[in-house]
Order: sequence, then C-alpha cells, then structure tokens
Amino acid sequence: MLELIQDVVKIWAKYSDVFLNGLWGTVWISLVTVILGTVLGTLIALLKLTNVKILTWIVDIYIEIIRGTPALLQIYFFWLGVPKLLPMLELSNTQWIVVALIVNASAYIAEVIRAGIQAVDKGQTEAAKSLGMSNFHTMQRIVFPQAIRNILPALCNEFIVMIKQTSLASIFFVGELTTAFKTVQSATFLVIPPLLISGVIYLVLNWGLSQGIKVLERRMRESD
Amino acid sequence: MTDTAKVLIRVENLKKNFNNDNLHVLRGITEEIREGEVVSIIGPSGSGKSTFLRCLNLLETPTSGKVFFEGVEITAKKIDVDKHRQKMGMVFQHFNVFPHLTVLDNITIAPILEKKIPKAQAEQKAMELLRQVGLEDKAKEYPRRLSGGQKQRLAIVRALAMEPKVILFDEPTSALDPEMVKDVLDVIKRLADSGMTTVIVTHEMGFAREVSDRVLFMDAGVIAESGTPEEIFQHPRNPRTVEFLSKVL
Repeated sequence: MLELIQDVVKIWAKYSDVFLNGLWGTVWISLVTVILGTVLGTLIALLKLTNVKILTWIVDIYIEIIRGTPALLQIYFFWLGVPKLLPMLELSNTQWIVVALIVNASAYIAEVIRAGIQAVDKGQTEAAKSLGMSNFHTMQRIVFPQAIRNILPALCNEFIVMIKQTSLASIFFVGELTTAFKTVQSATFLVIPPLLISGVIYLVLNWGLSQGIKVLERRMRESD
Repeated sequence: MTDTAKVLIRVENLKKNFNNDNLHVLRGITEEIREGEVVSIIGPSGSGKSTFLRCLNLLETPTSGKVFFEGVEITAKKIDVDKHRQKMGMVFQHFNVFPHLTVLDNITIAPILEKKIPKAQAEQKAMELLRQVGLEDKAKEYPRRLSGGQKQRLAIVRALAMEPKVILFDEPTSALDPEMVKDVLDVIKRLADSGMTTVIVTHEMGFAREVSDRVLFMDAGVIAESGTPEEIFQHPRNPRTVEFLSKVL
C-alpha cells in the first residue's frame, strides 16, 4: 500500500504535465462535444417537433442508427469512412473524432430535449398562440424556459456520459486523459498508479459537474 | 344589439373530426358573431362547444368549412394566422398563465414582442388593467402566489392587453372554487357591458341569461337552437333544449 502511494507521488512528480495536458484535452473535447452536441441535438429535437412527417421520419432513423450502434464504431466511421466518402472535407484525425462524438451526443441530447419540451403543458403553447405570438417566440419565451427544468437533470447525466466517452478518442491517441494514462503506462511499465491518477481526475471532473448542476437546479426551484 | 352591426366572425359549414375521422365533433356549423355582441354557448358536455370556440381562432384546425374574421378567410392557406389571433383574445378553463413570468411580464410579453409596443408603455397599460381587476399590488409576484380566481383575472387582463376585437372564453369559471366564481364573472360582465364582443362557453346558466344578447344551444356537434336568452330559457322550441334545461336549471 505504502509502495503504491510512493509510486503515485513519484509518477505525479515526473509526469504531471502529461496528465494535465490530458486533462486539458479531455476538457476541450468534452466542452466542444457538449456545446455543439447540444446545439445539434436541439435542432434535431425541434425538427422532430415540427410534426412534418418526412422530417420526423428522418430524425427517427438518425436517432435509431446512432443509439443502435456502438460509439466506437461511429468514431471509426468518421475517422476512416467519411474522409473516403467525402475527400473534399479536409479535417484532421482529431477533428473527425470530435465530429463523431458530437454526432453521437446529438442523438441522445435530442431525445432528452424532445421529452423535456413535450412535458410542458400544452395549454402554455395554446395561450401563447392565442395571444398571436409567433411559433419562434412561443418556443423561445414560453415553452423552452419551462422545458429547461425538465431537461437539465437528464442533460447533466448525458454530459457526464460524454466526458467519459471522450476516453474512446484515446484509441486513436488523441491527447486526452486516457491517452495520458497509456503514455505514462508505456513509459514506466506501471499500471495501477497512472490508472489511479487518470481515474481520480475523471471523478473530480464529473463530481464537480454534477454538484454544479445541483446548485443550478436548486436555484431554479427557489425562483419557481 | 342591432342586426346592422358589422359581422366580426363568420363560420361556414364548419366540421371537425378527431381520431382519424372516426369521431365527428362538429357536424357543420354556420354562424355569425357581430361586433359588440355577447354570445353564450351552452349545451351538454361532448356537444362540441369548446371545439367550436377553439376553431374560431384556429387552435383547432377545422376538418372542413371556413372561418372569416373581419371579412378575411383565416382558414385560407398561406395566411398569417398569428396576426389575426392578436385581435382575438382567449381565456381558458385552466387559466394557462405563464408560471415562469411575473404577473406584469405575463401581460406585457405579447404586446412587446408581437406589437412592438415600447416596454414602458406596455407596463403602464398593464398596470392600468391590473388596477381595473384589483391586482395592481400583485404586479411583481409570480402566478404561483395567486389564487385560481386571481389567475383567471390575470388571464383576462393578459388577453385585453393585446386590445383584441373579441374575447373567447372557454368555460372560464369551471376550474374555480365556488367562492371565486363571482369575482371572475363580474370582470367578464363589466367587459361585456363595455361593448367588447364576447363569446363564452359556459355552464353558468344564470350568467348566460343575464349578460348574453344571444344564446346558442349546441347538441351533438350542431347548433340545435339559437335565440335571445328569453327565447332559449323561457320558450325553448327544440325538445333537446327543453330536456337539457330541465337537467341544469
């Protein structure tokens, strides 16, 4: 046990910059995935809510495909497959992998947002429409602010899943926390200490996020 | 009410089916509402009263038939329904006030966004309206602090803030505790007396009799009888009207 602690301290002293770089990689990939995934997911949810048959049909297929196939396979598809299909798009490996993560996240987020919006009482939309409010204003000012309450807790879970999912990028040696573990592991031939360090950093990151959301939820309840 | 007043709303052979056309809720209604008129719609539940009302501002899309408002066919394709709805207020059974907005913002949001009224002016008008219904001290509160009767008065004021040509009331007192019904009915009566065109679906027979210029009795998706309150309540001709009134009066 003592030996393990000593190893952890030693490794941290020597490789802290590798882990911190890895943390930075995980944070920026997560942030970009979360933000663009939410934007794309919201658009997809809104397409579905238009009730235009062809649109809801396309959205359903999109969501089913993404939820029904492994994220890792999707990353391979964007990393190896899409550049072959669309050679004019010149993105780096890392960029393709981030695109794959965004697309993956968007399907799950779209479902969370759709459910949250549909849970808002239909009378709210009717009241706004009866006042002559446009569809856009009705959604933006009346439905969405109320839907956020339903969406936020579930979205938080999605964010945590996504942060952990960025570790899949390590397969392709995109510099994030799991890549940092692999780098240190192959340099030192030690498994447990670098695993512990990476694991604790993930844990702190996700714990911090869920605490932050809890505070936000409490504040919304108070203002309610 | 004279017959020379301008026709505000006209519906022609209005039909509405639900459930993949398996349920025929409105079976062909032709009717006119004139400016300044106060019209009550009564009838047994399931007779299509609310659906009829909701077709007037197209919250329900009619299956067939036409609705004209100020001479314009609003059921026509490519028409900006929002613009016309701004002139047709509606008050709902379950109030549908916006819980995330203050009382004042509930009233000003639509005028500011859709009619581009300056905020200060919209708020001044809203305060004036709130005073008229005795809610001026609630302006900064959220609706959860209001009683049912207060919420419904807020909903009425919210509709009035758009300066509509007509207000449609969909069973406005059915969800209220009995002691709050009178406050709300008083507000509606004052509004009706002030010359506002009013269409009200109601189970308050005493009220319908007192304030209406005309009463429509609906049954099984059609207007089975229409006339002055006296004609309907004192001398009903249709046996279904007689039967209905014998149950509710």
